[in-house]
Amino acid sequence: MKIIYPLLFILIACFFLGPMFLAFVASITPASEFYDYSHIFPSRLTLEHINKLLFTLGGFRALIVSIEVALISIGISFALGIPAGYAIARYTFRGKDGVKLAMLFTRSLPLIVVAVSLVTVYMRLNLTDTALGVALAHAAMILPFVVIFTSSIFSSTFIEYEEAGMVFGLTRFGAFLRISLPLALPGLAASAIYGFIMSWNETFAASILSIQNRTLPAHILATAMASPDYFKYAMATVMAIPALIFIFIIRKYLISIWGISLK
Amino acid sequence: MSKLAKVVSQDVKKCFGEVRALDGVSIEIEDGAFVVLLGPSGCGKTTFMRCISGLEELTDGKIYFDDKEISRLQPKDRNVAMVFQSYAVWPHMKVRENIAYPLKLKKFSKEEIEQKVKWAADLLNISELLSRYPSQLSGGQRQRVAVARAIVHRPEVLLMDEPLSNLDALLRVKMRSELKKLHEQLKVTTIYVTHDQVEAMTMGDKIAVMNSGRIIQYGTPEEIYKKPATAFVAGFIGSPQMNFFKCDVVEENGQQYAKFEHVRFKIPSRINNRSVIVGIRPENVSLEPPKGSDSITLEATVYFIERLMPETILHLDVGNAKSRITAKLPNDLVLPEGKKIEVFVSTESLHFFDAETEERIL
Repeated sequence: MKIIYPLLFILIACFFLGPMFLAFVASITPASEFYDYSHIFPSRLTLEHINKLLFTLGGFRALIVSIEVALISIGISFALGIPAGYAIARYTFRGKDGVKLAMLFTRSLPLIVVAVSLVTVYMRLNLTDTALGVALAHAAMILPFVVIFTSSIFSSTFIEYEEAGMVFGLTRFGAFLRISLPLALPGLAASAIYGFIMSWNETFAASILSIQNRTLPAHILATAMASPDYFKYAMATVMAIPALIFIFIIRKYLISIWGISLK
Repeated sequence: MSKLAKVVSQDVKKCFGEVRALDGVSIEIEDGAFVVLLGPSGCGKTTFMRCISGLEELTDGKIYFDDKEISRLQPKDRNVAMVFQSYAVWPHMKVRENIAYPLKLKKFSKEEIEQKVKWAADLLNISELLSRYPSQLSGGQRQRVAVARAIVHRPEVLLMDEPLSNLDALLRVKMRSELKKLHEQLKVTTIYVTHDQVEAMTMGDKIAVMNSGRIIQYGTPEEIYKKPATAFVAGFIGSPQMNFFKCDVVEENGQQYAKFEHVRFKIPSRINNRSVIVGIRPENVSLEPPKGSDSITLEATVYFIERLMPETILHLDVGNAKSRITAKLPNDLVLPEGKKIEVFVSTESLHFFDAETEERIL
């Protein structure tokens, strides 16, 4: 057993990381060696494709839009989601379970379905092709997660901390602001990063709702087919790296924000 | 010296939906007193304390601190402090900040805060812990921080919700005397919730015994032990539990007796009840007839013997119905199980309760 488990883990890790690694290597392989099948690893490495993708082919601009969209959608979904999550964690009210279930049901509706009808609404509201427009659609996608995450975060911070705050001189809202919120901060930060990645990776709604101001994945989708293969790999690398870094940072919170206890 | 408050509650009721947690609690707590709310779990003692603190809203009734009604005030406007069962020492603040926080919220000056924090920390012996985080403290140390935080702004009323229940047995005994000494120094009106009768008896100036959302008896530990108001109180206070016999009242030659099988307990003065519950504390059962007073003899069979060193607790079968009673004897003793013995109870130490209402008669 002592040998089998590590072997199994290595196998699984290779399964997931192998393609990513190969894509990464391909993205820094010079064009001249790209179709040379005599060796896997190139004789020299280059950042040329990534450079070109970002600065000549409009990738950098799309990256900025992506970040803009992600930040706005996190802002909106947190402004609405934190109070909702707090309420679910702290209060019992009629239909609470129904609300929680409905949150999960929103996941069964593909965003593409929403996006199509959104286009017609956005045209009337002049929101098409704006970062705010895409961000609103993303906020709708992220919000249920924020509610579920924050409710499990607040459930795990003892209510006695808040009550002590109230007894010693804080109002109810003050106790939330000064006691529970600081205690929840690491979890909230992890949820924010998770939301960021969801928005960062979302392609379909972004493609439909924008034309000029495309987010990075939408931009890549629009241009990938027409590009040489090594650009495709450069795109994959540019997309994957921020997500990987962020997930690595929040890895130990991923379990707690899902409300799973491993005890 | 800070102001002390008399705490008066008038017919306080609290319902959680259909459940009546408090069913008309009225009590008057003298200023500066140490009062223990004692009762089994679910009796409403914690709910009552939370009503006093303002963390629960009353369904009905009124609470006063001195002459000021505070029942509808927010907790922060009541000048109370609370020590929570889980301590609730804020984990994101250092010990110093935890203790200083109530002062900061009450807008004391920096110098005053520093001086008062030092005073409280010295009093609780935690001066060297001030720059640590709660996660770096043991349970007992966290407890001290919670108490320091509660007394630092000299509240009118100090509430403690089972503060010792999470400590180990040795530390609990130590903290018991320390908290009592602290109260003697500060003289702040203290309301202390516990289900532990030893804590209640040793710490309380007065004890309020609660059951099913009501106060059953309010008195000094001595009164509650010697003259329990109901069979419930009698059974709840004292260890091992008081022995009870359900008896019919019979009369012979003008003298009333409570009759249990062939045992007859003499009733000292005339009563009108048809049936009564006779209560005998295990410590009032002895192997020799008491000198200078009337006694009753019970024939019993030794069922089981607990040698606690030096005390001995005998579990005895009495009578045909095999009622089991316990006797607590002050000395070490060896008796074979199954041995038939005679035990004696002085007539003076009998408690009589009404069989229906369970209220004290004599």
